[in-house]
Amino acid sequence: MPAIPLTDYLALSAAMFVIGVIGFLVRRNPLTMLMSIELMWNAGNLVFAAFARSFGDMAGQIFVFIVITVAAAEAAIALAIVVMVFRRRVDVDVDDISVLRG
Amino acid sequence: MTALFAVCAVVLVVSALAVVTSRHPVHSVVALIVNFAALAVLFLTLSAEFLAMMQIIIYAGAILVLFLFVIALLTVGSDPVERTENKLPEQAGQAVIAGLVALGLIGWGIQADWAPSAARPPADLGSIGTFGVQLLTTHVFAFEATAFVLLVAIVGVVMMAGRKEIKR
Repeated sequence: MPAIPLTDYLALSAAMFVIGVIGFLVRRNPLTMLMSIELMWNAGNLVFAAFARSFGDMAGQIFVFIVITVAAAEAAIALAIVVMVFRRRVDVDVDDISVLRG
Repeated sequence: MTALFAVCAVVLVVSALAVVTSRHPVHSVVALIVNFAALAVLFLTLSAEFLAMMQIIIYAGAILVLFLFVIALLTVGSDPVERTENKLPEQAGQAVIAGLVALGLIGWGIQADWAPSAARPPADLGSIGTFGVQLLTTHVFAFEATAFVLLVAIVGVVMMAGRKEIKR
């Protein structure tokens, strides 16, 4: 079974990360922006897993696990903020949100 | 294996593009599920079996369901599509330029000569047993810190979303 070179994984991850960056900057719906952030998290996870295999070290995979946990916490908090914003107004455009005070 | 990687790579990029280009958030979530499934397969090709399972269970199973709940609960009767006037119309082009510059920088970076890969990774790399032992011995401090992060998240969400009336 021929191993896929590390660089292929890194290039794929770079493409995914950049798509996430562009999505985050272009979109104005906070939910879609959060999903772009998830894309970026996962691009990073792919790099960690690829290096873990490349170096034969479990630390990269452990870090992916911890990143997944932190991403879950981030998603929960960010969605709570989105819920708060949606309560105040119906149409949500992040450019209209200028107050973060509860 | 190479064919599997190619298929997964195409699915990954196409679904990622679908996430950021879909007009409706629900379509974005569905594309993101496809994206995470392809990523789980890629984890399997990296002999990260436990991570592949976690990717499906936690990400596709929990986090995206959270997204779906928020979309379903909060956009009932309203139009979630970005119909309001774009206040920063020049932002899109600049964002694409910034992304392409970032891609160029990353592409330049990944051409570096990395330390020689382990010719043959250990056979038990990524198995649940090794993962659990490593997590609870070598990386136990990070594990405990993660528990604290989750606690802070729970308290924060309850503080924010559990409030009855928003002060004006």
